[in-house]
Amino acid sequence: MHVKADHLDFRCLNRALQTANEDCTVSGCLGQRFIAAGMGNRHISISGIPGNALGAYLNGARIEVTGNAQDAVGDTMNSGTIIVHGNIGDAAGYAMRGGEIYVKGNAGYRAGVHMKAYEERVPVLVIGGRAGSFLGEYQAGGIILVLGLNTDGKPLVSNFPCTGMHGGKLFLRGNCTKTLFPKQVTVHIADSEEKKSIQPYVEEYCRLFDADLDAIFASDFTVVEPDSKNPYKQMYVLN
Amino acid sequence: MKKVEGQVRIPSGCAISAVISRDGSRMTGEKIIESMKPMHDRSNGLGGGFAGYGIYPIYRDFFALHLFFDSRTTRKDCEAYLRESVEIVHAEQVPTRKTPLITDEPLIWRYFVAPLKSVLSNLQLDEKELIARIVMNINTNRKGAYVFSSGKNMGVFKAVGFPEDVGYYYRLEEYEAYSWTAHGRYPTNTPGWWGGAHPFSLLDYSIVHNGEISSYDANRRFIEMFGYQCTLQTDTEVITYIVDYLLRKQGLTLEETASVIAAPFWSTIERKPEAERQQLLYLRKIFPSLLITGPFSIVLGFDGGLMALNDRLKLRSMVVGEKNDKVFISSEEAGIRAMEPDAENIYAPAGGEPVIVRVKEGVF
Repeated sequence: MHVKADHLDFRCLNRALQTANEDCTVSGCLGQRFIAAGMGNRHISISGIPGNALGAYLNGARIEVTGNAQDAVGDTMNSGTIIVHGNIGDAAGYAMRGGEIYVKGNAGYRAGVHMKAYEERVPVLVIGGRAGSFLGEYQAGGIILVLGLNTDGKPLVSNFPCTGMHGGKLFLRGNCTKTLFPKQVTVHIADSEEKKSIQPYVEEYCRLFDADLDAIFASDFTVVEPDSKNPYKQMYVLN
Repeated sequence: MKKVEGQVRIPSGCAISAVISRDGSRMTGEKIIESMKPMHDRSNGLGGGFAGYGIYPIYRDFFALHLFFDSRTTRKDCEAYLRESVEIVHAEQVPTRKTPLITDEPLIWRYFVAPLKSVLSNLQLDEKELIARIVMNINTNRKGAYVFSSGKNMGVFKAVGFPEDVGYYYRLEEYEAYSWTAHGRYPTNTPGWWGGAHPFSLLDYSIVHNGEISSYDANRRFIEMFGYQCTLQTDTEVITYIVDYLLRKQGLTLEETASVIAAPFWSTIERKPEAERQQLLYLRKIFPSLLITGPFSIVLGFDGGLMALNDRLKLRSMVVGEKNDKVFISSEEAGIRAMEPDAENIYAPAGGEPVIVRVKEGVF
């Protein structure tokens, strides 16, 4: 079904998508919030600018945005895939606990803030360009991957990455010698096993956005992890 | 009994937008009103407002005072007070359009005034300082009267309501400005009242603000030592006074002002090149009480330009774009696309990174 979003407020637009119960294309989107929130197995394709909290609580749907997306994309998403062909705003993948987000361009501040994982549910956030400050803030699980393609000569990641990180893994392409990491994380260059573990996501990125897989894997990747399973042990309670 | 807004706390939102033509070409208020529509849900109807620069070319040499009055008597008294120190060149009611969406209106007047030379020489003040003191005096001491705009060739228009309705109410399509700023309010800790809507303005400086100042009382105590009075029951006014103090009284540049109110962290300063490091250290040491903490995105309007700025942690969103001679700023990209669907070079400035846009010299 095709939904023209022009001048529809977010309630009307979301009601139209919910009642359609089939794959949908949305055109003329302009800031409508909560698109496809909690949605199950369907495909939603969006042109225009979707509003904040796109795909919040997403539960299996596949969302594709032709241009840029705003803040809090995939907030607390559970499963499914979000693909953004432009840049993404602040707090992308906020507290996501499953599913995958692929961003062709750059991410704003706090990408992957408080991502978490549980058993087989491991969320993945792939950023093709560069990321703003506080990347992976309070990360508790899952995988964040920053490829650093087309960074306009700016650093691949800005200030204060991994602040409060206590789980999961962060992969940055390159050796990131100038990046300042906090004390409670360890930083090392990925070995072949670790590189292999991210290959499926890089392959998917290259397939979606037509990027060169070999060129991406030709360089080193930096891996950031918390330096123990429980870096805040006994900070607040006896645990 | 049902508690009214002001007695209960309502969670946050707010929207800001701005547009400026670097060539100084004039735009009516319609575009900036459009910008607020996709962000409707960031406001809750308890305040909306706009500032336009270059809107009073005929009276460009006179201070344009916009005032709210609660009664005719207050107005008469206030006019008598004004005449003690300024010549009122022209006085009129600000034209409005009745709409059921804007109610409980005060009397809204504007005065184009010139400070009396005799008063200036007697008090040994320049004309801006005299006007600033008049504004502070009315807002602090004259119950029922409130000056909400006091610059030259610019004006603030604000009310309790949604921003798009406020724009309709003030007939903004009848004004032409080289820059506009806009605000939709979602008050969190303080009541929604006409004076509490944004922009907050003193002389030609105006501020629209999305956020909440954690350092408000520290900032207020400091700035009140220099003759500013925070009387408007909201945190944003203190930003306006800080800006006036740093730019007009201390003579700082816009970039330096940004480095004071959104100072980089010590750890970030440490890693800067030596000359920049020394300057940042100096500003942090001289003006520690003017660091504004807590979330904010603001647009400062001034004579001939705009400056957009986020707090150093960037706890609020703000996006910038451009098209030809125009630069657009908004809380959301949708707010920019509503003004210019084909806007280019869309980006989000980093926290504490000022975006300064000036109109070409001599065209405004």
